[in-house]
Amino acid sequence: MNQEAFFLGENVGRAIRGATNDFVTFLVVNYGNFFEAISDALLTVLVALEQGLRAAPAWTIILLIGILAYAASRRIVLSLAMMLAMWFIGTLGLWEQAMQTVAIMLVSVGIAIVVGVPLGVLSARSNTTRTILNPILDLMQTIPSFVYLIPAAMLFGLGKVPAILATVIYATPPLIRLTDLGIRLVDSEVVEASRAFGATRWQMLKGVQIPLALPSIMQGINQTTMMALAMVVIASMIGARGVGETVLLGLQRNDSGQGLVGGIAIVILAVVFDRISQSIGQRAQAYRNVANS
Amino acid sequence: MALIEVEHITKIFGPDPKSALALVKQGMGKDELLAETGHTLGLHDVSLSIKKGEIFVIMGLSGSGKSTLIRHFNRLIDPTDGHIVVDGTDIIGLNMHDLGEFRRRRMSMVFQRFGLMPHRTVMENVGYGLEVRGMKRRERDEHAQRWIDAVGLSGFEHQYPSQLSGGMQQRVGLARALATDAEVLLMDEAFSALDPLIRSQMQDQLISLQAELNKTIVFITHDLDEALRIGDRIAILKDGRLSQVGTPPEILLQPADDYVRAFVRDVNRARVLTVDVIMNAPQYRITEENLERALSDMRRRGAEYGYAVEGDAYRGFVTQDAVQAALDEPNGTKTIWDVAEDLPVLKEDDRLEVALPTTLAAEYPVAVVDNEGRLRGVVSSDGMSDVLTPPEEEDGDEEKPVERA
Repeated sequence: MNQEAFFLGENVGRAIRGATNDFVTFLVVNYGNFFEAISDALLTVLVALEQGLRAAPAWTIILLIGILAYAASRRIVLSLAMMLAMWFIGTLGLWEQAMQTVAIMLVSVGIAIVVGVPLGVLSARSNTTRTILNPILDLMQTIPSFVYLIPAAMLFGLGKVPAILATVIYATPPLIRLTDLGIRLVDSEVVEASRAFGATRWQMLKGVQIPLALPSIMQGINQTTMMALAMVVIASMIGARGVGETVLLGLQRNDSGQGLVGGIAIVILAVVFDRISQSIGQRAQAYRNVANS
Repeated sequence: MALIEVEHITKIFGPDPKSALALVKQGMGKDELLAETGHTLGLHDVSLSIKKGEIFVIMGLSGSGKSTLIRHFNRLIDPTDGHIVVDGTDIIGLNMHDLGEFRRRRMSMVFQRFGLMPHRTVMENVGYGLEVRGMKRRERDEHAQRWIDAVGLSGFEHQYPSQLSGGMQQRVGLARALATDAEVLLMDEAFSALDPLIRSQMQDQLISLQAELNKTIVFITHDLDEALRIGDRIAILKDGRLSQVGTPPEILLQPADDYVRAFVRDVNRARVLTVDVIMNAPQYRITEENLERALSDMRRRGAEYGYAVEGDAYRGFVTQDAVQAALDEPNGTKTIWDVAEDLPVLKEDDRLEVALPTTLAAEYPVAVVDNEGRLRGVVSSDGMSDVLTPPEEEDGDEEKPVERA
């Protein structure tokens, strides 16, 4: 038998391809304004944040990181190390780029939290939701970013907005999964007690489930932050500026040194945000440790 | 007056409880139902009537359905069939909103593993029921403080549950339940997770709190000693069905079936039963003041001894010999009240373990008086030993209760 006939004339791929292209064209033609409005709104927030970060004197940002680290961890040595690390990024000559990257990362993580935590809660509440959500999350984490970057660039234009979209798609799933897990692992007798005293669903969620799932949710936010940073190089390929761009330029110019410098800056940012968010997560469960202190 | 009426509650667990219910109503048993349809018969046609102000204990081993049953009272679990009427309201018919209101106002609950919120302090935990009700923080804290003091946790208000011992944690659970002022208190194996010493302290505390508060308490336990100690009435549940409902002496002395009989065999009766359960009417009351008339009356009735009673008051123990001796005295002016011997007496609510030494030491049946000093009856050492002897096994291969889980 002819191989092409065995594979149904290889028509399925062709059909998906045609339908998808038609759909994207349809969206661009009919809802272009809508997507542009979203894009503009996102861009306004992002640009304001980015300009704020870049306009502020570097020492204020470094000090802010120090204060944040201390507030989260109450450890002076850690806070000083975080400040030193941020200063070191400046010495690499990448301060401006780092601020651009931080702005994109903060906006992406913000969106991820706004979307991810409620989805995680829904997923914890019903097994049906979870069954539907799970394959979608798998897809989001595994599908190569470029697959959705092409239509995203068509809908939102090149630059920062599709970069944020790509980052959110890639970085939100761990937060949804860990929120779900955290809420499911809350002691069932505590939840039952809350029901027995007549708490409404919202009171139960706000007063018992979210607070007790907080360590897990914070772990999710930490993972989301790390994954957002891992996306900066890909983001720079569709025109988002930042340290990713430095790495990309190194690649394009066959300049290993520049690539390494950019890489170091990304790792430092990752370490700083990891330590700070981990510390917040640990303080969120301080009540667990009082007995042993 | 019955505050809570449990009417024919049946609970079936499984994918299609309604059709399984039809089979159960046709008479299919628990094991058969599980084998044929994969449904578990959790409770089978349980009816109870719980009076206002009593401590009603539901007792059973693990798997008997007792925890399932108590969760029907506030509908943490919905029944497959049947009704629960609390103070005239059928709570099975309540919608979500009214059910929430019912849980916030009318019933509160204490849990086996405490169910405390680990991220809240003792004060915040105790105030939880009030917070859910929408009470403002200051008022809530005042209420909470009162109940923290009542259960003896003053000074621990700002500690977290993990900083407290098990007994103290359960006091927080108790204070939290009491703080809502609900008239019905559900206690699901509330003391089972505590070690024996703390458990008996908590039982005492519950009994003394109850004397003050007069709540209606539904208490679940797997421990018959605990049930007999705190229960006004006890329901014994086996495999989802009621075996017997009765007061502690009824359960001990008239077990309804072999299951209950096997259960009560190992109970320390002396610790549970009180004197009034085993006392008899005195063989002879002496009400005659005059010695000669009293003596002739005793001889006529063939009574070697008697119990002197003046009006309502018990005056003492009298033997024929003592009366004779008094009459033989020269120019005796004694009355029967002078002759009456002041022997030890028992109170009608004394436990048998307290009454035992007196009864065994006495030559004659010991008088039992009430709080006003009236003679209520007598206890003989024979009567005591009869009731303290465990019942004989009726059947060699009768079912034995499994050792307590």
